[in-house]
Amino acid sequence: MLYFSKLKITLVIIFTLLLSYFSLSNFIKSDDFLFQRNLNLGLDLQGGSYLLLEIDNEPVIIQEVQTKFLQIKKFLKDKKINFKNIGILNDKDITFEIYTEDLDKTKKLFDDKDSEINPYYPQYKSHQFEINIEQNIFTLNFSKYGLIQIKGSSQNQAIEIVRRRIDEIGTNEPNILKRGNDRILVELPGLNNPDRIKSLLGKTANLTFRFVSQNETESFGTEKLLFENGTEAIVSKRIILSGDNLTDAKPRMDNQSNETVVTFNLDRVGAKKFAKATSSNVGKKLAIILDGKIISAPSIIEPIIGGTGQITGNFTFQSATDLALLLRSGALPAPLNIIEERTVGPDLGQDSINAGIISLIIGFVLVIFFMLFKYKVFGLIANITLIFNLLLLIGILTLFEATLTLPGIAGIILTVGMAVDANVLIFERIKEEVKNEKNQILAFDSGYTKSRTTILDANVTTLIAAIILFILGSGPIKGFSITLGVGILTTLFSVYFIARLLTSLYVIKNKFKEKLI
Amino acid sequence: MNQKLIPFNNFYKIFNIISISLIILSVLLLLFKGLNYGVDFKGGTLIELRTIDSNITISDLRKSFNKINLGDVSVKEFGKENDYIVKFEKKHTVEENFIQNLKVELSKQIGNSFDFRRVESVGPKVSSELLKSSILAIGLSLTAMLIYIWIRFEWQFSLGAIAALFHDVIITLGIFSVLNLEINLSIIAAVLTIVGYSMNDTVVIFDRVRENLKKFSDIKIFELTNIAINETLSRTLITSITTLLALLSIFFFGGEILKGFSFAMILGVLIGTYSSIFIANPILVSLGVSQKTIIKEDKN
Repeated sequence: MLYFSKLKITLVIIFTLLLSYFSLSNFIKSDDFLFQRNLNLGLDLQGGSYLLLEIDNEPVIIQEVQTKFLQIKKFLKDKKINFKNIGILNDKDITFEIYTEDLDKTKKLFDDKDSEINPYYPQYKSHQFEINIEQNIFTLNFSKYGLIQIKGSSQNQAIEIVRRRIDEIGTNEPNILKRGNDRILVELPGLNNPDRIKSLLGKTANLTFRFVSQNETESFGTEKLLFENGTEAIVSKRIILSGDNLTDAKPRMDNQSNETVVTFNLDRVGAKKFAKATSSNVGKKLAIILDGKIISAPSIIEPIIGGTGQITGNFTFQSATDLALLLRSGALPAPLNIIEERTVGPDLGQDSINAGIISLIIGFVLVIFFMLFKYKVFGLIANITLIFNLLLLIGILTLFEATLTLPGIAGIILTVGMAVDANVLIFERIKEEVKNEKNQILAFDSGYTKSRTTILDANVTTLIAAIILFILGSGPIKGFSITLGVGILTTLFSVYFIARLLTSLYVIKNKFKEKLI
Repeated sequence: MNQKLIPFNNFYKIFNIISISLIILSVLLLLFKGLNYGVDFKGGTLIELRTIDSNITISDLRKSFNKINLGDVSVKEFGKENDYIVKFEKKHTVEENFIQNLKVELSKQIGNSFDFRRVESVGPKVSSELLKSSILAIGLSLTAMLIYIWIRFEWQFSLGAIAALFHDVIITLGIFSVLNLEINLSIIAAVLTIVGYSMNDTVVIFDRVRENLKKFSDIKIFELTNIAINETLSRTLITSITTLLALLSIFFFGGEILKGFSFAMILGVLIGTYSSIFIANPILVSLGVSQKTIIKEDKN
């Protein structure tokens, strides 16, 4: 165990120095073109905001059921199948009744693997809809995978809109990721107060232009909506124009009225529609509705044919800017709810870094003195090993650009405490072996050999705990499991290569000395 | 064995009685008193607040927060003077500018000389998921350890090691319950690390027991475990000491946020070291591990 070939020694030295260099490059600021990676600091250390958003897919699903309902109605007509009592139950089940003579034909149209109306997903081995036929009544509802498809596509749309909105605000290096099939994780480093982003992400931004009805009461085709200030208006359900037709929106100061307004540009289709609707309805009131609330309902003074317009509505400059931003970035497919938030201010982050570094240094010094006191020369070897172990650990984390969190620093300090264990096991074993074996080299050699399985077993157990934490833990805890796990690997390397090499050099040089350890 | 051995095995019984009573006590505490879950597991909002004006007292803060309609609010000092932790069950996902409004409301009462240093808000769905995955993590790690030891040793050893782990986890949680300390995600990380550490300790002694079973065919397991404990004792102590030095350093200098974590770990290292000696080994004795156990394995 004590023998090292020249090649091995060279490799160990190169590997160790390389990783140590990576590790130290974090602390030396230079324009290094060889190695430009750095450890990332977690949000808990650099300050910032972590938001977990959940998409409320309920309205999307109801909408999809309605769309499908119309498709099925048309489909049955096209296929010349007679049906009756078609309808939607509880917003989610589509039901209809088929005459007996068409029963088999209809069944086939819905059940076939190449069904047009009920697509089959071979990868899930499932249709879009589950069909239940009782007597002659068909009941259709989305299968598990049909729902997954809907959720997936609404997640894709939502993440795109979220990204646009956050980019518009211009925070530093935001991190926007999918979680599951109905969640979006947003990490905003350096952001101290996420309130503005939260309020921007909390709005669906569904904009519609609809005429205010002449009638005083709600009737078919109209609904009652509220203004921001709480007054009511009866508004037609027919949408003249929606936010989809907007190409741009900007806040502006209106020179005449001295009010802040939002101006918008329409695409060609939108401009045409808008021109037509405004030309034939001069004098009527046009309500501008955002997420079910009326922003304002100005009267149409003259036809708007240029494809541009403006929205008035008691805006401050801030609220006009936000509305313009929302309109530019488009509507979310469904409302988003913030279900988890963690925000750390930058000064607390800095305090945590300082506390982490101080406790690392103190813990390190305490362990080093203890080992020197306990093992003298071999304590020195263990300590040198420990220093390289730390450099290797940080070097590997840097190489993989891992994120260092406060619990991650705790993991490093804990590694300092536990890393000496392997050396202690070996040294204690050697002490025992020396009692029975006069030849120092042989005693050292068998000390290493006999402690090997124990060290391996002992470290694998901690590694298992670290891996499970990595899989199931979230955020900062993941950071802890990474440093703990990588720490075990670097510990094993440094004990078996660096410490063993140093021990072997020392023992071979002093083989005739009595009582080496 | 020319050295004098410390007769650890004479104390197996008495310590087992103590441990069993502690476990029963802990289980009762967990059942009837329960754990003090933090926002991670209970849901709600946590605010770390620093006052810049030192004339503001904790009772001023309590009064002010109680005036704002938040439900049940708890205000506690947090480490340094002027640092406080405010917790309430309401989460601010419902209202968009909740935190902003809260700051305005608070400044009406105590002026502007305060700062929100940290805000954590967890919804009920997320908190129950976090709780589930934490329980799963602990269960999984115990199972993984059981399987690993089973593969590397014989089932008797596996049982002894797992009993020691359960002992450590339950008593640590029991102490958290009796001291009413908060359980959050970092405490779960600590518990898992304790599991790893305690296992590590047990494995070192068990390895020696197995080695001795092969070496001394005429010594009974009761004596053999004691020899193994004594032979590995200085290693056990040195490693515990260095680990504790590192942990004490985190506890005293690592800041308030890591205090609960390092406290749990310190408890765990102490209990884990104890259980490796006084729980894992007596189980080997009572399961009647002998040379035959090992020989059977070698034949296979």
